[in-house]
Amino acid sequence: MSSAAAQGLGPGEVAASSGADLASSTLAAKISVTPSGGGVAFEGVTVAYKGNTVLSDFTLTVRPGEIMAVIGPSGSGKTTVLRAIAGFVRPVSGRLCAGGRDVTDLPPRARGIGMVVQNYALFPHMRVADNVAFGLRARRAPEHTVRAEVEAALSMVGMSSFASRYPRELSGGQQQRVAIARALAIRPELLLLDEPLSALDAQIRQSMLEELARLHRSLPALTVLYVTHDQTEALTLADRIAILRDGKLVALGPSRELYQRPPNRFAAEFLGRANLLSVILDTPEAGEDNATVRFGATQLRARARAGIAASTSCLLCIRPHDLSLTAREPGANSLAARVREVRWKGELHDIALEAEGQALRLTTAPLRRPPEPGTMLSLYFSAADATLIPES
Amino acid sequence: MSDLAVGKTRPRRLNVPGLSAALPLAVLGILFFYPLALIIAQSFATGHGTPVFANYISVLGTALFRNALFHTITITLAASLGCIALGFTLSVVIAFVPFPGARLFARAIETFIALPTFLVALAFTFIYGSAGILNGAVMKLFGLTLPPIDFLYSAWGVILAEITVYTPFVMRPLLAAFSLIEASQIEVASILGAGWFRILRQIILPAALPALMAGGSLCLLLTTNEFGIVLFIGAKGVETLPLLVYDKAIQEFDYASACVLATINIALSLGLYALYRSALAWFSRAGLV
Repeated sequence: MSSAAAQGLGPGEVAASSGADLASSTLAAKISVTPSGGGVAFEGVTVAYKGNTVLSDFTLTVRPGEIMAVIGPSGSGKTTVLRAIAGFVRPVSGRLCAGGRDVTDLPPRARGIGMVVQNYALFPHMRVADNVAFGLRARRAPEHTVRAEVEAALSMVGMSSFASRYPRELSGGQQQRVAIARALAIRPELLLLDEPLSALDAQIRQSMLEELARLHRSLPALTVLYVTHDQTEALTLADRIAILRDGKLVALGPSRELYQRPPNRFAAEFLGRANLLSVILDTPEAGEDNATVRFGATQLRARARAGIAASTSCLLCIRPHDLSLTAREPGANSLAARVREVRWKGELHDIALEAEGQALRLTTAPLRRPPEPGTMLSLYFSAADATLIPES
Repeated sequence: MSDLAVGKTRPRRLNVPGLSAALPLAVLGILFFYPLALIIAQSFATGHGTPVFANYISVLGTALFRNALFHTITITLAASLGCIALGFTLSVVIAFVPFPGARLFARAIETFIALPTFLVALAFTFIYGSAGILNGAVMKLFGLTLPPIDFLYSAWGVILAEITVYTPFVMRPLLAAFSLIEASQIEVASILGAGWFRILRQIILPAALPALMAGGSLCLLLTTNEFGIVLFIGAKGVETLPLLVYDKAIQEFDYASACVLATINIALSLGLYALYRSALAWFSRAGLV
């Protein structure tokens, strides 16, 4: 049983990680069933530095054309995931597959991967056009091809008019565009993005995020492995998200599903903000996606989850924006809570509350008359927005 | 609080116009420009009715001077090129090829900077000299009666000793420059398809060029004026300008000729330095540094 499966991931989510190390040919075959063969597979990859394991038995399959975000706190091993597939670190065990072939033993230059790093890593003594041409010239492309590809790549990121400038003459956002053009100029099937927006200010980051999404729409066959610590970037851009903690994969799933139905406490708290209430599971309703839980004296309904036994303690996860001060649907869950603090944050009100001795948070559109601290309120939420997760 | 404390202890500046510039200039004048002026003046000192360039004409016309100038220039260039080549290679290995003890090795090389130059010449005599360890071993091994290795007492011996002594002067700035190259640049270059030679040529070398030029120019200046190594090795027929100055001044008491030679030596050093500055400016205009 793989570590991922042991950590309570949904069935099928990490199907590629189950089983012992596969022969490289089997692994390659697994990826090459896809039309373009541009996917990525990590098969039980363990990476250690000086005896210290930074990535442990990591198994993940990224489908061709998919954007997979790898997120986690500092030191969780997310950058190591990228460095392993790029070929900068050699796994102590496990196999790596990219573009339908086993690349575990290949040097970085033979892997055919594009990469964009946090600090852009543009070559300072080369003009923009030469930076973009670097990979093509390293692959000994004919000069007329180099010129055409450079022009195409720069045009794709809207930097054609900056071709003769040096990197020092560009802004951070422009440098990032050049770094992306340089990575794409070699026409890779796989693009690795290592916290590419973290050095940019908030406004440019947002526009670059939209730019990346647009870019991927124009290159649908391009597989993207996107490492970030920013959950907003991951949720905005990724088809699926993998969450790492202490070098281990702790959650994996489609972005929306992972956000709405986190499989464990860490995923719930790391990916967005979450209210986690201690409840007792009464009965999962047979044949339905519903469960009844007890929150103090209040009975609530929530989405059931397999693996939690009746009459046991578990956590009820409700996102702050899923709580409301008025019932949005008939038969919605209701619970009484006392206001502790109200904060206005421009585009929303953030209200801290307490119910049955447990802290709660509610966010809502700005209120004309926000409640005073100490006021008792009724909070409403739909059973579909409440997810049960194991307590441990 | 601490800012206030610092503010109180900060020494007050003297508001005397021009004093801040005059004081260092005076020190520089007494310690450097005055002796330099004396040497230059002495080189032009001639008797009544003698042309002002008489000393220069008589010194420049000698075979001894031409021989010394030739040796000075060839040894300087060969040793400097050797220092640059060896220093660059060693620095690349230390900085980019991980091996156990790399940092210790770098530190050990740096200690060479602190050693007197003649010490290396002396060590070379013990190792490569006619009665040295190497010759002794080879003679014993092959039953030879004469020492087979005799490069030490030629210009090659001087060049080798100077390379040994001055290579760390190239390595020090190079290692500092290499430490500033972002590892991600090299990684990105390699994943884009570049092999080690392309990375060395197109990424590392351009980034290290200013440091290489600084170290190389330092070697040029130091080897131009090197005295201890040439004297200690005592290579036959290998006389350089500094050694000739010593001979003229100390052994022959011909101060006028010594001052002429010293002035030429200074001009040679300044000329090389000017050349370095011009090259640096050219590289800077070309956007290479």
